[in-house]
This record gives sequence, C-alpha cells and structure tokens, in this order.
Amino acid sequence: MPQPAAALHDHREASTASRLWRSYKLHKSLIFMFLPGFLLFVLFHYVPLYGLLIAFKNYQLLEGVWASPWVGWEHFERLFTGPGFMDALRNTVIISLLKLVIVFPAPIVLALLLNEVRVLFFRKLIQTVSYLPHFFSWVILSGILFAFLSMDGGLNQLLKYFGFSPVSWLLYPKYFYGIVVVSDVWQSIGWGSIVYFAALSAIDPTLYDAGIVDGASRWQRIWYITVPSIMPTVIIMFLLGIGGFLSVGFDQIYNLMTPTTSNVAEILDTYVLRRLLSLDYSLGTAAGIFKSFVGLALVLIGNALVKWYDKDQGLW
Amino acid sequence: MIKATKGEKAFDFLNIIVLLLLGLCTLYPFMYVLTISLSTPAEAARVSLHFFPRAPTFEAYAKIVEHPMLWQAYGNTIIRTALGVVLVIIVLSMVAYPLSRRTFPHRKFITFLFVFSMLFSGGLIPSYLLIKQLYLIDTVWALVLPGAVSAFNVIILRNFFEAIPMEIIESARMDGARELTIFMRIMLPLSVPVLAVLSLWTAVGHWNAWFDALIYINDPAKQVLQLFLRRTVLENASLTPGETLLDPSHYTPETLKAATIMIVSLPILFVYPFIQRFFVKGIMLGSVKG
Repeated sequence: MPQPAAALHDHREASTASRLWRSYKLHKSLIFMFLPGFLLFVLFHYVPLYGLLIAFKNYQLLEGVWASPWVGWEHFERLFTGPGFMDALRNTVIISLLKLVIVFPAPIVLALLLNEVRVLFFRKLIQTVSYLPHFFSWVILSGILFAFLSMDGGLNQLLKYFGFSPVSWLLYPKYFYGIVVVSDVWQSIGWGSIVYFAALSAIDPTLYDAGIVDGASRWQRIWYITVPSIMPTVIIMFLLGIGGFLSVGFDQIYNLMTPTTSNVAEILDTYVLRRLLSLDYSLGTAAGIFKSFVGLALVLIGNALVKWYDKDQGLW
Repeated sequence: MIKATKGEKAFDFLNIIVLLLLGLCTLYPFMYVLTISLSTPAEAARVSLHFFPRAPTFEAYAKIVEHPMLWQAYGNTIIRTALGVVLVIIVLSMVAYPLSRRTFPHRKFITFLFVFSMLFSGGLIPSYLLIKQLYLIDTVWALVLPGAVSAFNVIILRNFFEAIPMEIIESARMDGARELTIFMRIMLPLSVPVLAVLSLWTAVGHWNAWFDALIYINDPAKQVLQLFLRRTVLENASLTPGETLLDPSHYTPETLKAATIMIVSLPILFVYPFIQRFFVKGIMLGSVKG
C-alpha cells in the first residue's frame, strides 16, 4: 500500500521540520552566540577542504579553484614519478619508524620509573625538569642544539674532556636521524609521561596489596599489575599517534636540517613547503592529500584492529 | 609493608641514578647556552663543560639589545599573543557553551564536524591560498584567526560546561534570567579555571609559533620573535657549513647567538614554574573522552 505509507512519511517529515523550527526559535539567542565562532571554524577548517580540489585541476591563481580546468590524476602521476617525492616519502617512513620504536615507548618507561620513586620531592623535581623542553619552540630548541652540538659546543667539550676528537654533529647526514630521535626524546619524554603517570595513579592500590599477599615480587607486580593497567592508555595514545605516521615533526626537522643534511632530512612536509614556495600548488596539494589519506586510513585500520581484538577499547 | 629485599634496594638505587642522569641530560643544553650567553668570547672558547658561568658578563646581552629588529619582533609577538588569547577566550566560550546544551539543534552533527577536523585537514597549500584570498597576508589576523576555534579546545571547554549541573541554569531561568545573562553571569565565572588553562596554553603556543609567520608574513617589520631568532641563529649557522668553524672570528657570534636564544626564551622561563602546574591540569582535562 504505497499511498498511505507515503502520506505517513510526509506527515512525519512535516513534524520534524516544524519541531526543528521550534527548536531554532527556542534556542535563538544560543544560536546567535554560536554562529560567529562556528563560521570562523568552518572558514578555516572546512573551506580548505574544498581547496583540495586543486590537486585534480591545473590551478590558475586568477581563475580560482572552481574555474581552473580538471586534469584528473595527472598531478598524482607527476608526484609518484617526479623527482623528490619518493625520497621524501622514504625518509619520512624511516624517521617515523625510528620514532615509533624509540620515542613512543620512552615516556611510558619514564612514567614507570617515576612511579617506583617513593621520595615525593625527588619525583616532583625530576618531573618539573623533564617537562621543561616541551615549553620551547623547536626554533629555540634547535638554536640550543646548534650551539650545543657545534664544533666547540658542549658535547664536543665533553668529548675533548675524555680525550676524544670533536665532531661537527649537525653537518653529517649519518648522524642526522640519531640527533632527531634523541632530541625528540629530550623534548617530549617528560610531557608525554604525564598521561601515563595519571593512568598509573588511578590503579587501585588494593591490587598491589593482593599481589604482595600472594608473594609477588616487585618486578612481578610491575609486570602483571602495572603494565596491564596502563595498556588502555597506551593503546589510545598509539591510535592518536598513528594518524600522524607521516607527520614526523616538521618543526623539529625543518629547524635542525642544514644544507649538507638536506638529502636525508627532506620529508613529506618539507616537500609540500617547497612546492608552495615554487608556486606548484597543485602538486603540493596532491602530496598533502596523499599524506592525509594515509593518516586517516591508519587511524581507521588501527582502531578497527584494536576493536577486533577487544571491543571495549579504541578511540570510538 | 614487607621489608625490601637486596634486589629491590638495588633497583631503587639504580632507578634514582637513571632519573638523575635523565634530569641532568635534559638540563645540560639549557645550562650550556645560559653559560655561554654570560661569557666573554674568550671564555666561551675555553675547553670546559660550561655548566655554570665562571665570571658572568652581560657583554653579549648589551650588544644584542641594541638590535632594532629584536624589539620590533618582540612587540609583534606580544601583539599576536595578546590578541590570540583574547580571541580564544571570547570566541571559544561562545562556541562551546551552546554546544554543551543537550537540546541545542544539530548538536551531534556539529560535534562530528569538530572531531572530523582533527582527523582530516586541508593542509598547508589550501590554507595558504585561503589566507591569500581573504587578503590576510602580512596582517596579524593571518596568525590569530585560523587557530581561534580549534576542535580540541572546543571539546575540552564543552565537556567542562556539560559538567556544570543543569539545575543551576534551570533555577536562573526560573528567576527570569535570559540566556545571555546566564552565560555572562553564571557560566563564564564558573569556568574561569578552565579558561585560564586554555589561555595559558594559547599564549605559550603563540609565543612559540613561527611557521605561520614564515609563510604568511613577508614584511620584515611585521616579523615575529621566533623568526628573528631563526634568521640570526639558525640560518647564519646553517648557511656556512665547514669554513667558518676554522675561522677564529666564528667564536664571537657564539656568545651573541646564545644571548639571543636566552632573550627569546626568558618570558617562558620566567612563567614556567607557575604555568607548569596549570598545563598538567590542562592535559587531564583533555584526557576526558569527548
């Protein structure tokens, strides 16, 4: 019986519309309050999404995004066959894997170590000191590192002290990834540990008491109580991080790179910046889209895998 | 408490040593630059660990404060920081409060828009073209408007507003208060702590921001402090690899560079002990699931 069903549908449609209208009227002043900021948000976070179209067009500045001619996947072909991109992608993946293996677990280890400290004053002191680098920009931190790692900088003074010969650390490509990883740990280990430390403080102390009664050693208590208790936090942080797999810290790398290390330091973000500076907007945007999609896909896949393993965990 | 075994004592001892080393390694580069900035060029060139200044001198500082660009850049950074914080407080609370009301129309969809913007963005070039088309290049607005309403901050503040009991709003309404009055007189005063955290967060972010100024600001008179530092310290250092290191005159700018780094970092170093606590609190706010 199609007609009554359609009529019913119409009726419901009308009532939702009128309910919506009533809701608008009821929240009139809230909506007026909301709109300016919301429009600002849409302007700077969603209008650029429309601008992504230029990756599929031959963007002409005077024509604008819409009037520029379509070229399909041409820019993507240019991207994968042209110079620079594959090198940048390879460097990005290498740096990202290094950071995943070393920089990601570092704050977890620090939180575990801090949690075992019983002297409150000492723990607070170490925490306060370890947060410090987080508050400075990578311009400042790189300035410090340039001074510290220069030929007569602090590290070389230390080496000379022990009879080694000094090295100009930042000028050699072979040291670059090492410097990137170590300085990233320096910058982020303390700050990153806050989340894990909070998770550790939330563990029910009776679990430890039970462990002690059952004769578990301190090491066993850490391994069988502490570590499993913070696993949900670790998983969340991992999922939040995996979306940025191809964002390996532009600020850090751009400021630490020197002309002699640019071949190992060129990453996707610097590649996009160079396309902006050389006015090749379409190619740069294609590279940006590639990066965003890989990030989104990794988050979705990661979340699905976690959910498949344990449906109560994951980001949503 | 059960008596600690030998192994556990060794573990405690080792743990403290490791953490002490970590703290020292974290501090040493900062102490090194501070020491160099307070040294004469000759003292800076001496083989030493430079952990503490031996004979502090403000020679390098006296030279760097005469640089006119430094004060201009300082002013520009202060302006962007102040403007950025004011914008965030006003606009953010005006967005977050309505969104916290459970009956607000399209609430779910709008929240989704905010969350999605954290997962997927237009990226550098479309954002640049937008700023260009809005004629914001070389204005402070290019530096403060794009980040004024960020999804992360909106969700934090919305969660805070949501936690305020609905009865407060109901009773105010019973007394005849309008929405705007409720917002200005009740909700905003209640949210001062969280707004303080968000403001500090924003202020430090603006103080440290440099990349947006690198691409949006061409006029040297409008440049921000971080880029002044980048130009004088990093680009100078990276443009001439190799040769200058053998050049004795190379030692002179080293103290100047260190002094520049210190002058740019000073405001942060001064407020760090006070704001550190607030920042930690902020992280806890953020960890509440959206």
